[in-house]
Amino acid sequence: MSTFLEAVVRGLGTGSVYALLALGFVIIYKATSVISFAQPALMLSGAVVTSYLVPAMGVLLFTGFSFFFSVAIAAIITAALALLIERLAIRPMVGKAVFVVAIITLGIDIAVRVVVNGFIGLGARPIGFPWGLDRVTVLGLDVQIRHLVMMGTVALVITALYFFFQRSKYGLAMRAAALDQEAAMTMGVSVGGVFALSWAIAGGLAAIAGSLLATGAGVDRQLWIVALVALPAIILGGLDSLEGAVIGGLLIGVAEALVGTYQRQYAPWLGDNVALVAPYALMLAVLLVRPYGIFGTAEVRRV
Amino acid sequence: MLSARNLEVVYDDVVLALRGVSLEVPDGRIVALLGANGAGKTSLLRALTGLLDVHEGEITKGSVSLDGEDLRRTPPEAVVRKGVRQVLEGRRVFVELSIEENLKVGAHTARASMAENLERVYSLFPVLSDRRSLTAGYLSGGEQQMLAMGRAMMSNPRYLLLDEPSLGLAPLMVEAIRDVIVEINSTGTGVLLVEQNASMALSIAHHGYVMETGRVVLDKPAAELLADDDVREFYLGLHPGEDGSGRKSFRDAKHYRRKKRWSA
Repeated sequence: MSTFLEAVVRGLGTGSVYALLALGFVIIYKATSVISFAQPALMLSGAVVTSYLVPAMGVLLFTGFSFFFSVAIAAIITAALALLIERLAIRPMVGKAVFVVAIITLGIDIAVRVVVNGFIGLGARPIGFPWGLDRVTVLGLDVQIRHLVMMGTVALVITALYFFFQRSKYGLAMRAAALDQEAAMTMGVSVGGVFALSWAIAGGLAAIAGSLLATGAGVDRQLWIVALVALPAIILGGLDSLEGAVIGGLLIGVAEALVGTYQRQYAPWLGDNVALVAPYALMLAVLLVRPYGIFGTAEVRRV
Repeated sequence: MLSARNLEVVYDDVVLALRGVSLEVPDGRIVALLGANGAGKTSLLRALTGLLDVHEGEITKGSVSLDGEDLRRTPPEAVVRKGVRQVLEGRRVFVELSIEENLKVGAHTARASMAENLERVYSLFPVLSDRRSLTAGYLSGGEQQMLAMGRAMMSNPRYLLLDEPSLGLAPLMVEAIRDVIVEINSTGTGVLLVEQNASMALSIAHHGYVMETGRVVLDKPAAELLADDDVREFYLGLHPGEDGSGRKSFRDAKHYRRKKRWSA
């Protein structure tokens, strides 16, 4: 039983990070109806910025705090980078077919990653997470501290996002523009501003996600692949649903952890590393039953 | 004064929607703009509020100005901040947001005075006040129209441009909307009322314009328009003889020729 629960906690930890990445995809999709494939690059840059900031901050602040402070600053820097990308490469394409813009984001992803790779080096850069892979016993369960930190941080970020979208002027404007852009314009909402804001938020979320993911093995050049797991998460939850992104992310995380824990025991003939495929298999299964995702609107759109 | 001068509007570089249209909306007045489908009424509104760009349209000649200040290159959100607000045809409420959230989005450019504007709009539309947290998509057509108008009033605009507020509404609802327009106008807001329902529009307007295939063909005080034989026949469905003295004979009514004379 405790093996099962420990796997669930592990899954919820990584799942909450997937949820952050998925939220970034969904926020950009809702605002601009484009899937941005630049998220992996933004995630990687966020993690790299954090890995450079933590040692620099360490001199000024006590350990532990310097990590979280660095993540916050990395989120802001990455949000600024995302703003720049949106302004230079995406805004001029407003009104063009969405797949054209989606392909442009693919190109941006590769370009940004090449630049960021130069800052990583060949091996893995340590991210400066104060607890490393340390474990702690909570309610009789032996869990890694980093998974608890992931859940806590993500819960905090999602609460902040919730209040932003429910209460703030710009959050409300973004929701309105997602429903009807022209009507939002007649309200005095700058739709270009909404596009920019959606990219900035997605960039910030990706940076936080990247930094949290790198708490285990550090930042290496392959880290970006993890961001692709957000795709099954959003498709599972429904492309246009924020709740769906969160729940999809958690489900994917838990599925991955459970398969990783039990597959060797019950289905050894499948071989190694089946856990990596589990998210996509789950996505396939959900798509067969509900093609528009668990929370998505039934209207299907090609991207 | 909000005005358009000799306006020419082209969509997609080929479709000529407006040809030399001039129109003026003085402060605190109600101006009615009548015309059949495709006459160019909505295009004129878009030209005034900067929404042509969204529809691949552009102003190729003439000018749009607010108190003499050129509005041709002003983006829609800046036009709103200058106090000119358009209520789109077909209501276009944000269906998944609640009534109150819809109104708050309407206050995007005037958050400082949101509380008082909210109270004012709720007193103007008591129907909305009763269900502030209801999802807007569940409102009836008439209530959605009220929400759309209330949303536009959230920044206390100088000019309100209404695109067919009576569209698809029951006669009783049309009367309610008309009364609200009069009330909004009585507090000093200038109204440009685009309508198919000519009798409703002319009954409250001070001045009226009639458009046909991209031109303004009549430009008169509303009272004169109401008395105009052509308007009575084409827009009010009343024939010259109908008020007592025998029915109209189609044998000598060459009305296609009269229409032609208009647009010449």
